[in-house]
Amino acid sequence: MIIKTVDSVQKATEGVEDGMTFMLGGFGLCGIPENAISELVRLNIKNLTCISNNAGVDDFGLGQLLHKKQIDKMVSSYVGENAIFEKQMLSGELEVELIPQGTLAARCQAAQQGFPAIYTPAGYGTEVAEDKETREFDGKMYVLEEAFKADFAFVKAWKGDKAGNLVFKGTARNFNPVMCGAAKITVAEVEELVEPGELDPNHIHVPGIFVQRIFQGKNYEKRIEQRTVRQKD
Amino acid sequence: MALDKNGIAKRIAKEVKDGYYVNLGIGIPTLVANFVRDDIQVEFQSENGILGMGPFPIDGEEDADLINAGKQTITARPGASFFDSATSFGMIRGKHVDLTILGAMEVAENGDIANWKIPGKMVKGMGGAMDLVASAENIIVAMMHTNKAGESKLLKRCSLPLTGVGCVTKIVTNLAVIEVTDNGFKLLETAPGVSVEDVQNATEGKLIVEGDIPEMQL
Repeated sequence: MIIKTVDSVQKATEGVEDGMTFMLGGFGLCGIPENAISELVRLNIKNLTCISNNAGVDDFGLGQLLHKKQIDKMVSSYVGENAIFEKQMLSGELEVELIPQGTLAARCQAAQQGFPAIYTPAGYGTEVAEDKETREFDGKMYVLEEAFKADFAFVKAWKGDKAGNLVFKGTARNFNPVMCGAAKITVAEVEELVEPGELDPNHIHVPGIFVQRIFQGKNYEKRIEQRTVRQKD
Repeated sequence: MALDKNGIAKRIAKEVKDGYYVNLGIGIPTLVANFVRDDIQVEFQSENGILGMGPFPIDGEEDADLINAGKQTITARPGASFFDSATSFGMIRGKHVDLTILGAMEVAENGDIANWKIPGKMVKGMGGAMDLVASAENIIVAMMHTNKAGESKLLKRCSLPLTGVGCVTKIVTNLAVIEVTDNGFKLLETAPGVSVEDVQNATEGKLIVEGDIPEMQL
Protein backbone atom coordinates (compact mmCIF):
# COMPACT_ATOMS: atom_id res chain seq x y z
CA MET A 1 0.00 0.00 0.00
CA ILE A 2 1.15 3.48 -0.85
CA ILE A 3 0.29 6.10 1.74
CA LYS A 4 -0.71 9.51 0.35
CA THR A 5 -1.55 11.41 3.51
CA VAL A 6 -0.07 14.75 4.42
CA ASP A 7 -0.85 16.25 7.80
CA SER A 8 -1.76 19.80 6.83
CA VAL A 9 -3.07 21.96 4.04
CA GLN A 10 0.35 23.67 4.04
CA LYS A 11 2.07 20.37 3.16
CA ALA A 12 -0.69 19.57 0.68
CA THR A 13 -0.10 22.78 -1.27
CA GLU A 14 3.70 22.61 -1.21
CA GLY A 15 5.12 23.61 -4.59
CA VAL A 16 2.37 25.99 -5.71
CA GLU A 17 3.84 29.07 -7.38
CA ASP A 18 2.95 32.26 -9.19
CA GLY A 19 1.82 31.70 -12.77
CA MET A 20 0.63 28.11 -12.32
CA THR A 21 -2.52 26.52 -13.74
CA PHE A 22 -4.89 24.91 -11.25
CA MET A 23 -7.99 22.76 -11.64
CA LEU A 24 -10.54 23.17 -8.86
CA GLY A 25 -13.51 20.85 -8.36
CA GLY A 26 -17.03 21.90 -7.45
CA PHE A 27 -20.27 23.07 -9.02
CA GLY A 28 -21.26 26.46 -7.73
CA LEU A 29 -20.22 26.21 -4.08
CA CYS A 30 -21.13 22.51 -3.91
CA GLY A 31 -18.12 20.26 -3.42
CA ILE A 32 -15.43 22.95 -3.64
CA PRO A 33 -12.01 22.40 -1.99
CA GLU A 34 -12.57 25.00 0.73
CA ASN A 35 -9.35 24.33 2.65
CA ALA A 36 -7.08 24.48 -0.38
CA ILE A 37 -8.71 27.69 -1.60
CA SER A 38 -8.21 29.33 1.82
CA GLU A 39 -4.56 28.35 1.77
CA LEU A 40 -4.05 29.70 -1.77
CA VAL A 41 -5.59 32.99 -0.58
CA ARG A 42 -3.20 33.04 2.40
CA LEU A 43 -0.15 32.25 0.24
CA ASN A 44 -1.17 35.16 -2.01
CA ILE A 45 0.37 33.60 -5.11
CA LYS A 46 -0.47 35.52 -8.27
CA ASN A 47 -0.99 35.31 -12.02
CA LEU A 48 -2.92 32.07 -11.71
CA THR A 49 -4.97 30.31 -14.35
CA CYS A 50 -7.91 28.51 -12.78
CA ILE A 51 -9.97 25.83 -14.48
CA SER A 52 -13.24 25.54 -12.60
CA ASN A 53 -16.85 25.26 -13.70
CA ASN A 54 -17.79 28.40 -11.76
CA ALA A 55 -15.96 31.21 -10.01
CA GLY A 56 -17.53 31.12 -6.56
CA VAL A 57 -19.47 34.06 -5.17
CA ASP A 58 -18.05 37.45 -4.20
CA ASP A 59 -16.83 36.46 -0.74
CA PHE A 60 -16.55 32.67 -0.90
CA GLY A 61 -14.85 30.01 -2.97
CA LEU A 62 -12.80 31.26 -5.91
CA GLY A 63 -14.37 34.69 -5.36
CA GLN A 64 -11.78 35.13 -2.57
CA LEU A 65 -8.89 34.68 -5.01
CA LEU A 66 -10.55 37.04 -7.49
CA HIS A 67 -11.02 39.61 -4.76
CA LYS A 68 -7.26 39.64 -4.14
CA LYS A 69 -6.58 39.71 -7.89
CA GLN A 70 -4.61 36.48 -7.73
CA ILE A 71 -6.22 35.10 -10.90
CA ASP A 72 -5.21 36.26 -14.39
CA LYS A 73 -7.33 33.79 -16.31
CA MET A 74 -10.42 31.70 -15.62
CA VAL A 75 -11.62 28.77 -17.70
CA SER A 76 -15.27 28.17 -16.77
CA SER A 77 -18.69 27.40 -18.18
CA TYR A 78 -20.89 29.67 -16.06
CA VAL A 79 -20.00 32.71 -14.00
CA GLY A 80 -23.38 34.31 -13.39
CA GLU A 81 -23.22 34.55 -9.61
CA ASN A 82 -20.21 36.71 -9.16
CA ALA A 83 -20.22 40.51 -9.45
CA ILE A 84 -16.45 40.94 -8.89
CA PHE A 85 -15.88 38.44 -11.63
CA GLU A 86 -18.15 40.25 -14.06
CA LYS A 87 -16.50 43.59 -13.26
CA GLN A 88 -12.94 42.27 -13.73
CA MET A 89 -13.96 40.50 -16.93
CA LEU A 90 -15.74 43.46 -18.53
CA SER A 91 -12.81 45.77 -17.61
CA GLY A 92 -10.35 43.36 -19.22
CA GLU A 93 -8.44 42.81 -15.97
CA LEU A 94 -9.38 39.16 -16.00
CA GLU A 95 -9.08 36.94 -19.04
CA VAL A 96 -11.97 34.53 -19.30
CA GLU A 97 -12.38 31.51 -21.52
CA LEU A 98 -16.00 30.38 -21.40
CA ILE A 99 -16.50 26.86 -22.66
CA PRO A 100 -19.41 24.41 -22.66
CA GLN A 101 -19.77 22.50 -19.40
CA GLY A 102 -19.56 19.08 -21.04
CA THR A 103 -16.45 20.19 -22.91
CA LEU A 104 -14.89 21.31 -19.62
CA ALA A 105 -15.55 17.87 -18.13
CA ALA A 106 -14.31 16.11 -21.25
CA ARG A 107 -11.06 18.13 -21.41
CA CYS A 108 -10.37 17.22 -17.78
CA GLN A 109 -11.18 13.60 -18.39
CA ALA A 110 -9.01 13.54 -21.52
CA ALA A 111 -6.08 14.83 -19.45
CA GLN A 112 -6.77 12.18 -16.80
CA GLN A 113 -6.97 9.37 -19.32
CA GLY A 114 -4.18 10.26 -21.70
CA PHE A 115 -6.17 11.48 -24.69
CA PRO A 116 -4.53 14.55 -26.29
CA ALA A 117 -7.91 15.79 -27.53
CA ILE A 118 -11.53 14.79 -28.07
CA TYR A 119 -14.22 15.59 -30.60
CA THR A 120 -17.47 17.05 -29.30
CA PRO A 121 -20.53 18.44 -31.10
CA ALA A 122 -20.92 21.14 -28.42
CA GLY A 123 -20.30 24.64 -29.70
CA TYR A 124 -20.14 23.76 -33.39
CA GLY A 125 -21.25 26.78 -35.43
CA THR A 126 -20.77 29.15 -32.47
CA GLU A 127 -17.92 31.44 -31.41
CA VAL A 128 -16.64 28.68 -29.12
CA ALA A 129 -15.53 26.75 -32.22
CA GLU A 130 -13.78 29.68 -33.91
CA ASP A 131 -10.25 28.81 -35.04
CA LYS A 132 -10.69 25.21 -33.94
CA GLU A 133 -10.39 22.15 -36.11
CA THR A 134 -13.76 20.63 -37.03
CA ARG A 135 -14.59 17.30 -38.59
CA GLU A 136 -17.62 15.44 -39.85
CA PHE A 137 -18.52 12.00 -38.55
CA ASP A 138 -21.65 10.26 -39.87
CA GLY A 139 -23.04 13.51 -41.24
CA LYS A 140 -22.65 15.51 -38.03
CA MET A 141 -20.05 18.17 -37.30
CA TYR A 142 -17.69 18.02 -34.31
CA VAL A 143 -15.12 20.35 -32.77
CA LEU A 144 -11.65 19.19 -31.71
CA GLU A 145 -11.00 20.18 -28.09
CA GLU A 146 -7.63 19.60 -26.44
CA ALA A 147 -6.95 18.04 -23.05
CA PHE A 148 -6.14 20.53 -20.32
CA LYS A 149 -2.64 20.84 -18.94
CA ALA A 150 -2.52 21.81 -15.27
CA ASP A 151 0.04 21.90 -12.47
CA PHE A 152 -2.28 21.07 -9.58
CA ALA A 153 -5.82 19.71 -9.26
CA PHE A 154 -7.55 20.54 -5.97
CA VAL A 155 -10.54 18.34 -5.24
CA LYS A 156 -12.81 17.72 -2.30
CA ALA A 157 -14.39 14.40 -1.34
CA TRP A 158 -16.70 13.26 1.44
CA LYS A 159 -14.52 10.38 2.61
CA GLY A 160 -11.10 9.21 1.68
CA ASP A 161 -8.58 6.71 2.98
CA LYS A 162 -4.86 7.09 3.45
CA ALA A 163 -4.24 5.33 0.13
CA GLY A 164 -6.02 8.20 -1.62
CA ASN A 165 -9.22 6.36 -2.50
CA LEU A 166 -12.17 8.74 -2.59
CA VAL A 167 -15.93 8.61 -2.04
CA PHE A 168 -18.23 11.54 -2.78
CA LYS A 169 -21.65 12.50 -1.48
CA GLY A 170 -24.65 13.66 -3.50
CA THR A 171 -24.06 16.22 -6.21
CA ALA A 172 -20.84 17.36 -4.50
CA ARG A 173 -19.18 14.81 -6.80
CA ASN A 174 -19.56 16.88 -10.04
CA PHE A 175 -16.15 17.81 -11.53
CA ASN A 176 -14.04 16.43 -8.68
CA PRO A 177 -13.54 12.88 -10.01
CA VAL A 178 -12.63 13.97 -13.54
CA MET A 179 -9.98 16.36 -12.26
CA CYS A 180 -8.23 13.64 -10.25
CA GLY A 181 -5.09 12.62 -12.10
CA ALA A 182 -5.68 15.32 -14.72
CA ALA A 183 -2.91 17.58 -13.36
CA LYS A 184 0.72 16.91 -12.43
CA ILE A 185 -0.25 16.74 -8.75
CA THR A 186 -3.73 16.01 -7.43
CA VAL A 187 -4.52 17.17 -3.90
CA ALA A 188 -7.64 15.76 -2.27
CA GLU A 189 -9.16 17.15 0.90
CA VAL A 190 -11.79 15.09 2.68
CA GLU A 191 -14.39 15.58 5.39
CA GLU A 192 -13.44 12.25 6.87
CA LEU A 193 -10.05 10.58 6.48
CA VAL A 194 -10.11 6.87 7.36
CA GLU A 195 -7.68 3.96 7.57
CA PRO A 196 -7.10 1.80 4.49
CA GLY A 197 -9.62 -1.04 4.53
CA GLU A 198 -12.41 0.99 6.07
CA LEU A 199 -13.86 1.97 2.71
CA ASP A 200 -15.47 -0.86 0.75
CA PRO A 201 -13.41 -1.27 -2.47
CA ASN A 202 -16.72 -1.84 -4.29
CA HIS A 203 -17.83 1.65 -3.42
CA ILE A 204 -14.73 3.69 -4.32
CA HIS A 205 -15.50 6.50 -6.78
CA VAL A 206 -11.88 7.49 -7.48
CA PRO A 207 -9.02 4.99 -7.06
CA GLY A 208 -6.04 6.33 -5.11
CA ILE A 209 -3.69 6.07 -8.10
CA PHE A 210 -5.15 9.37 -9.33
CA VAL A 211 -4.37 11.17 -6.05
CA GLN A 212 -0.89 12.24 -4.90
CA ARG A 213 -1.75 13.96 -1.59
CA ILE A 214 -4.73 13.57 0.71
CA PHE A 215 -5.51 15.40 3.93
CA GLN A 216 -8.21 15.75 6.56
CA GLY A 217 -10.04 19.02 5.86
CA LYS A 218 -11.29 21.33 8.61
CA ASN A 219 -14.12 23.74 9.36
CA TYR A 220 -16.24 23.10 6.29
CA GLU A 221 -18.73 25.88 5.79
CA LYS A 222 -20.55 24.20 2.85
CA ARG A 223 -22.44 27.34 2.01
CA ILE A 224 -25.73 27.01 0.10
CA GLU A 225 -26.17 29.39 -2.84
CA GLN A 226 -29.90 29.03 -3.48
CA ARG A 227 -31.73 27.73 -0.45
CA THR A 228 -35.07 26.54 -1.86
CA VAL A 229 -37.49 24.70 0.42
CA ARG A 230 -41.14 23.75 0.66
CA GLN A 231 -43.37 23.62 3.70
CA LYS A 232 -44.55 20.34 5.16
CA ASP A 233 -47.95 19.37 3.68
CA MET B 1 -55.19 35.87 -22.45
CA ALA B 2 -51.55 35.21 -23.00
CA LEU B 3 -50.12 32.57 -20.67
CA ASP B 4 -47.99 33.31 -17.64
CA LYS B 5 -44.82 31.34 -16.88
CA ASN B 6 -46.76 28.60 -15.11
CA GLY B 7 -49.11 28.35 -18.09
CA ILE B 8 -46.16 27.82 -20.43
CA ALA B 9 -44.76 25.16 -18.10
CA LYS B 10 -48.18 23.47 -17.90
CA ARG B 11 -48.44 23.25 -21.71
CA ILE B 12 -44.89 21.91 -22.04
CA ALA B 13 -45.60 19.27 -19.41
CA LYS B 14 -47.94 17.64 -21.94
CA GLU B 15 -44.89 16.97 -24.15
CA VAL B 16 -43.33 14.84 -21.42
CA LYS B 17 -44.16 11.22 -22.21
CA ASP B 18 -44.11 7.98 -20.26
CA GLY B 19 -40.57 6.58 -19.92
CA TYR B 20 -38.79 9.85 -20.70
CA TYR B 21 -35.56 11.02 -19.13
CA VAL B 22 -35.81 14.82 -19.17
CA ASN B 23 -33.31 17.62 -18.64
CA LEU B 24 -34.87 20.84 -17.40
CA GLY B 25 -33.06 24.15 -17.76
CA ILE B 26 -33.19 27.09 -15.37
CA GLY B 27 -36.27 29.37 -15.19
CA ILE B 28 -39.60 28.38 -16.76
CA PRO B 29 -38.33 24.85 -17.59
CA THR B 30 -37.82 24.12 -13.88
CA LEU B 31 -41.56 24.72 -13.36
CA VAL B 32 -42.45 21.96 -15.83
CA ALA B 33 -41.80 19.29 -13.19
CA ASN B 34 -44.75 20.63 -11.18
CA PHE B 35 -47.23 19.82 -13.96
CA VAL B 36 -46.15 16.42 -15.24
CA ARG B 37 -48.91 13.80 -14.90
CA ASP B 38 -48.31 11.53 -11.94
CA ASP B 39 -49.54 8.39 -13.71
CA ILE B 40 -46.49 8.24 -16.00
CA GLN B 41 -42.89 7.28 -15.26
CA VAL B 42 -40.50 10.18 -15.82
CA GLU B 43 -37.01 10.89 -14.45
CA PHE B 44 -35.48 14.35 -14.31
CA GLN B 45 -31.78 14.75 -14.95
CA SER B 46 -29.79 17.72 -13.73
CA GLU B 47 -26.45 18.05 -15.48
CA ASN B 48 -24.49 18.71 -12.30
CA GLY B 49 -24.89 15.02 -11.57
CA ILE B 50 -28.27 13.58 -10.58
CA LEU B 51 -30.91 11.44 -12.21
CA GLY B 52 -34.14 11.12 -10.28
CA MET B 53 -34.38 14.68 -9.02
CA GLY B 54 -37.24 15.26 -6.60
CA PRO B 55 -38.97 18.38 -5.26
CA PHE B 56 -37.38 21.06 -3.08
CA PRO B 57 -36.62 19.77 0.44
CA ILE B 58 -38.88 20.42 3.40
CA ASP B 59 -37.73 23.48 5.32
CA GLY B 60 -34.89 22.42 7.63
CA GLU B 61 -33.96 19.29 5.64
CA GLU B 62 -31.90 21.03 2.94
CA ASP B 63 -28.49 19.53 2.21
CA ALA B 64 -25.58 21.60 0.85
CA ASP B 65 -24.38 18.48 -1.00
CA LEU B 66 -27.62 18.09 -2.94
CA ILE B 67 -28.40 20.79 -5.49
CA ASN B 68 -29.60 21.11 -9.08
CA ALA B 69 -27.85 22.89 -11.96
CA GLY B 70 -29.51 26.14 -10.86
CA LYS B 71 -27.70 25.71 -7.50
CA GLN B 72 -31.06 25.25 -5.74
CA THR B 73 -31.37 22.73 -2.93
CA ILE B 74 -33.33 19.66 -4.07
CA THR B 75 -34.14 16.12 -2.99
CA ALA B 76 -33.43 12.75 -4.57
CA ARG B 77 -36.33 10.40 -5.35
CA PRO B 78 -36.22 6.66 -4.66
CA GLY B 79 -34.18 5.12 -7.49
CA ALA B 80 -32.10 8.25 -7.97
CA SER B 81 -28.39 8.15 -8.81
CA PHE B 82 -25.46 10.55 -8.55
CA PHE B 83 -22.56 10.76 -10.97
CA ASP B 84 -19.67 12.96 -12.09
CA SER B 85 -19.87 15.69 -14.73
CA ALA B 86 -18.26 13.63 -17.49
CA THR B 87 -20.80 10.83 -17.00
CA SER B 88 -23.58 13.40 -16.92
CA PHE B 89 -22.63 14.89 -20.26
CA GLY B 90 -22.06 11.39 -21.59
CA MET B 91 -25.76 10.81 -20.98
CA ILE B 92 -26.53 13.99 -22.88
CA ARG B 93 -24.01 13.61 -25.71
CA GLY B 94 -24.87 9.94 -26.09
CA LYS B 95 -28.55 10.83 -26.62
CA HIS B 96 -29.74 8.88 -23.59
CA VAL B 97 -31.74 11.88 -22.40
CA ASP B 98 -35.03 11.95 -24.32
CA LEU B 99 -36.10 15.55 -23.96
CA THR B 100 -34.37 18.83 -23.23
CA ILE B 101 -36.38 21.87 -22.16
CA LEU B 102 -34.54 25.18 -21.94
CA GLY B 103 -35.01 28.92 -22.06
CA ALA B 104 -33.77 31.26 -24.80
CA MET B 105 -33.20 34.92 -25.57
CA GLU B 106 -33.69 34.35 -29.31
CA VAL B 107 -34.68 31.52 -31.64
CA ALA B 108 -34.35 31.75 -35.43
CA GLU B 109 -36.69 30.24 -38.02
CA ASN B 110 -33.99 27.68 -38.95
CA GLY B 111 -33.79 26.43 -35.34
CA ASP B 112 -30.72 28.39 -34.23
CA ILE B 113 -30.79 29.40 -30.57
CA ALA B 114 -29.04 32.15 -28.59
CA ASN B 115 -29.17 32.20 -24.79
CA TRP B 116 -25.77 32.76 -23.22
CA LYS B 117 -24.34 36.17 -23.96
CA ILE B 118 -25.24 39.77 -24.78
CA PRO B 119 -21.95 41.28 -25.99
CA GLY B 120 -20.77 44.14 -23.76
CA LYS B 121 -23.70 43.78 -21.38
CA MET B 122 -24.21 40.35 -19.96
CA VAL B 123 -21.92 37.36 -19.98
CA LYS B 124 -22.97 34.58 -17.69
CA GLY B 125 -21.71 31.71 -19.78
CA MET B 126 -23.30 28.81 -21.57
CA GLY B 127 -23.15 26.31 -18.74
CA GLY B 128 -24.41 23.03 -20.17
CA ALA B 129 -26.65 24.60 -22.80
CA MET B 130 -24.25 24.19 -25.74
CA ASP B 131 -23.76 20.51 -24.98
CA LEU B 132 -27.50 19.97 -24.59
CA VAL B 133 -28.54 21.68 -27.82
CA ALA B 134 -25.70 20.11 -29.84
CA SER B 135 -26.70 16.58 -28.90
CA ALA B 136 -30.37 16.36 -28.00
CA GLU B 137 -32.79 15.49 -30.79
CA ASN B 138 -35.86 16.71 -28.99
CA ILE B 139 -35.41 20.29 -27.81
CA ILE B 140 -38.28 22.44 -26.60
CA VAL B 141 -37.69 26.10 -25.90
CA ALA B 142 -39.77 27.71 -23.15
CA MET B 143 -39.83 31.50 -23.33
CA MET B 144 -41.91 34.64 -23.64
CA HIS B 145 -42.74 35.47 -27.26
CA THR B 146 -41.28 38.97 -26.99
CA ASN B 147 -38.57 40.57 -24.84
CA LYS B 148 -39.04 43.30 -22.23
CA ALA B 149 -38.82 45.96 -24.95
CA GLY B 150 -41.68 44.23 -26.78
CA GLU B 151 -39.45 42.94 -29.59
CA SER B 152 -39.97 39.50 -31.08
CA LYS B 153 -37.71 36.69 -29.86
CA LEU B 154 -38.70 34.51 -32.83
CA LEU B 155 -36.46 35.88 -35.56
CA LYS B 156 -35.34 35.33 -39.13
CA ARG B 157 -31.80 35.17 -37.81
CA CYS B 158 -30.46 35.41 -34.27
CA SER B 159 -28.66 38.68 -33.57
CA LEU B 160 -26.92 37.43 -30.41
CA PRO B 161 -24.00 34.97 -30.28
CA LEU B 162 -25.36 31.49 -30.94
CA THR B 163 -25.63 28.65 -28.47
CA GLY B 164 -26.37 26.08 -31.17
CA VAL B 165 -27.30 25.83 -34.83
CA GLY B 166 -30.46 24.38 -36.34
CA CYS B 167 -31.35 22.45 -33.22
CA VAL B 168 -34.66 23.69 -31.75
CA THR B 169 -37.64 21.50 -32.63
CA LYS B 170 -40.47 23.18 -30.74
CA ILE B 171 -41.17 26.49 -28.99
CA VAL B 172 -43.83 27.12 -26.38
CA THR B 173 -44.40 30.78 -25.55
CA ASN B 174 -47.02 32.83 -23.74
CA LEU B 175 -48.80 33.15 -27.10
CA ALA B 176 -48.35 29.94 -29.03
CA VAL B 177 -46.96 26.49 -29.66
CA ILE B 178 -44.69 26.55 -32.67
CA GLU B 179 -42.83 23.82 -34.52
CA VAL B 180 -39.54 24.64 -36.22
CA THR B 181 -39.68 23.21 -39.75
CA ASP B 182 -37.37 23.35 -42.76
CA ASN B 183 -39.55 26.19 -44.08
CA GLY B 184 -39.85 28.29 -40.93
CA PHE B 185 -41.95 28.58 -37.77
CA LYS B 186 -45.14 26.53 -38.11
CA LEU B 187 -47.98 27.62 -35.86
CA LEU B 188 -49.50 24.61 -34.10
CA GLU B 189 -51.64 26.13 -31.33
CA THR B 190 -52.54 29.53 -29.94
CA ALA B 191 -52.90 30.37 -26.24
CA PRO B 192 -56.46 30.84 -24.98
CA GLY B 193 -57.80 34.21 -26.16
CA VAL B 194 -54.80 34.84 -28.44
CA SER B 195 -55.50 35.23 -32.18
CA VAL B 196 -53.39 34.03 -35.07
CA GLU B 197 -52.89 37.70 -35.91
CA ASP B 198 -51.52 38.39 -32.41
CA VAL B 199 -48.95 35.61 -32.92
CA GLN B 200 -48.15 36.88 -36.41
CA ASN B 201 -47.57 40.41 -35.09
CA ALA B 202 -45.23 39.15 -32.36
CA THR B 203 -43.20 36.93 -34.71
CA GLU B 204 -40.44 38.47 -36.82
CA GLY B 205 -39.43 35.23 -38.55
CA LYS B 206 -41.53 33.49 -41.17
CA LEU B 207 -44.72 32.11 -39.60
CA ILE B 208 -46.50 29.33 -41.44
CA VAL B 209 -50.23 29.16 -40.76
CA GLU B 210 -52.06 26.22 -42.31
CA GLY B 211 -55.80 25.71 -41.84
CA ASP B 212 -57.60 26.27 -38.56
CA ILE B 213 -55.25 26.65 -35.62
CA PRO B 214 -56.54 24.99 -32.46
CA GLU B 215 -56.41 26.62 -29.06
CA MET B 216 -54.04 25.11 -26.47
CA GLN B 217 -55.66 22.62 -24.12
CA LEU B 218 -54.16 23.13 -20.68
